[in-house]
Amino acid sequence: MNEKLNLKESTFISILKSMIRIRFFEENVAEIAKRQEIQCPVHLYIGQEAIASSICADLRNSDYVYSTHRSHGHYLAKGGDVNKIMAEIYCREEGCSRGRGGSMHVIDRNVGFMLSSPIVGGSISIAVGSALAAKMKNKGQVSVAFFGDGATDEGVFYESLNFAIVNKLPMIFVCENNSFSTHLPDFLRQSNTSVSERVKGFNINVDKVDGNNPFEIYKSVGKMIEKARNNEGPSLIECTTYRWLSHVGYWQDLDIGYRKKVDVEQWMNRCPIKFLANELIQNEVITQDEFIKLEEEIKNQINNAVIFAKNSSSPDPIFIMEGLYN
Amino acid sequence: MKKIKYSAAINQAQHLVMDKYESVIQIGVGINTPWYVGQTMNGLLNRYGEERMIDTPVSENATTGIAIGAALSGYRPILTFPRMDFMYYAMDQICNHAASLNYSLGGNSPVPLVIRAIINRKGEQAAQHSQAIHALFMHIPGLKVVMPSNAYDAKGMLIAAVEDNNPVIYIEDRELYEFESEVPEDYYTVSLDKANVELEGNDLTIVSSSYMMHQCRIAVKALAEKKISVDLIDLRSIKPIDSETILNSIRKTGKLLVVDGGWLTGGVAAEIISIVVTQGMQYLKSNPVRITLPDLPAPASFVLENAYYPDNTKIFQSAISLCL
Ligand SMILES: Cc1ncc(C[n+]2csc(CCOP(=O)(O)OP(=O)(O)O)c2C)c(N)n1
Repeated sequence: MNEKLNLKESTFISILKSMIRIRFFEENVAEIAKRQEIQCPVHLYIGQEAIASSICADLRNSDYVYSTHRSHGHYLAKGGDVNKIMAEIYCREEGCSRGRGGSMHVIDRNVGFMLSSPIVGGSISIAVGSALAAKMKNKGQVSVAFFGDGATDEGVFYESLNFAIVNKLPMIFVCENNSFSTHLPDFLRQSNTSVSERVKGFNINVDKVDGNNPFEIYKSVGKMIEKARNNEGPSLIECTTYRWLSHVGYWQDLDIGYRKKVDVEQWMNRCPIKFLANELIQNEVITQDEFIKLEEEIKNQINNAVIFAKNSSSPDPIFIMEGLYN
Repeated sequence: MKKIKYSAAINQAQHLVMDKYESVIQIGVGINTPWYVGQTMNGLLNRYGEERMIDTPVSENATTGIAIGAALSGYRPILTFPRMDFMYYAMDQICNHAASLNYSLGGNSPVPLVIRAIINRKGEQAAQHSQAIHALFMHIPGLKVVMPSNAYDAKGMLIAAVEDNNPVIYIEDRELYEFESEVPEDYYTVSLDKANVELEGNDLTIVSSSYMMHQCRIAVKALAEKKISVDLIDLRSIKPIDSETILNSIRKTGKLLVVDGGWLTGGVAAEIISIVVTQGMQYLKSNPVRITLPDLPAPASFVLENAYYPDNTKIFQSAISLCL
């Protein structure tokens, strides 16, 4: 264990903070959705926090990140403004997309969070475009595409992968394999349910890790980032994980018969936050008290974001056309 | 006759065609779950099994090609897109292949394919989950494009679409699913190229389709109270367009208001007005008026949505100004 922690203690405290921030954020969004304070559909990231947080830990603001319909975790992990994304989920003028996009269309260019696309597979090729730009600019930037296992069912995934490899782009493909594409489990959709195995014939650097274990993810992606920055080409990391809640919304979709309660419970017992917190406390990186204080701080931050969002104004219909052209 | 919901009418039609023709198969993302298709697929999986009800991975481009291939090889597939927004991945197969194959291969390669395309507007879902892109398909030679506005037509036109030997884009607006009308239980068809004069009047012609017909019906009632009588035409098909029915009406009223649920530029309303101006200018007593979405991606905020989507008030007001 100590060997793992030798990596960098402060990094894992940051990762833990990021995970807790995402968890509280999503729990709050679930609450406000339940209370019908928002109409905007929300795809919550609860259960998958370790992935975004560990992947983004060593990324710079100048590195690019692209996301999907399940955007909140990626946005926050990359350092996106928590007030602005909350206000966007409320579809307010002060939101990061001025209330034009909602939960599935978020942006924070200041920290390199480029966009999220709710079209499955829609942002992967665009991320490769940023990797192409990064290579041409030659300033050591990397581009990261987050996507689910469902997105690997779209042809554009393979086309993008191939292009990135052929052109040796500083690109990292992050597949969050939660084994579901809405209601369909992987084995009903895929000839080989392991994405990393499936793409091996492309001659790309791949790794498969436990997506609920920040140590594994961080270590693996660290090498990939280094490769990318050294112009040694793209990599793909497959992170196995599970989403705790329904595909969309705040409930647990046990009623519609595509997954079993025991499976959900088993995965909830493997909570990535509990896991990392325990490791850090047991190894005396932080104390229980410090952990609780940390949680309180982040809770406050999220509560303030909700207040910020609620106090934000609704977009004025007079300016509805604003933003169509630049 | 029994009143049933629009969604139930679609369901009945599918049961009937799958019963009658072994060659009818269904394919698409989420076709076996109400999450995607509401109540329109009820009972089909149980009755016809997974072999004829194929729920697919998200692979719209390939899935569309596969449906075309099956259609060329003796089947009559119904391919469903739970949102029109997801059809862009399939555009190459629809426009480059399904639409033009029969022509470019000399006329003996029919593609008997029905594409059910569902519009899901509103709900703060924004630009990539709210689109009504029927006009794009209207532009493509070789496609037929229909958009029924009531349960009776929904059933009859879906059956007719399955019987047709050409690719038919069959467009449903999810907001229509709960609306009821009288529908016979048995098998019948409604032709794919005739508009329906739903109400007769003398002062103004209103032409619309699909969900916007519903908004027009409300406006027309209010207009009747103002002693304005309307010829209300339900297009039913936007390709081909039944010009004759529209021109006959204009001959009588001399005034035209077109209401369409798509974007302004190059849209259905533009096409209708073009038909009337080029073929019936002499009957027009005033400039035709169109009500459409602005040329703008759908915004998320419901405040902006309310400004974005025209409703019966806007139709009423435009009709009043036209008739003053
Ligand atoms: C082109 C397209 N087809 C279908 C959908 C509907 N849809 C939304 S999310 C999703 C599943 C995505 O699964 P995955 O990529 O594994 O991401 P996860 O939801 O598991 O995070 C589907 C099919 C869509 N948004 N876009």
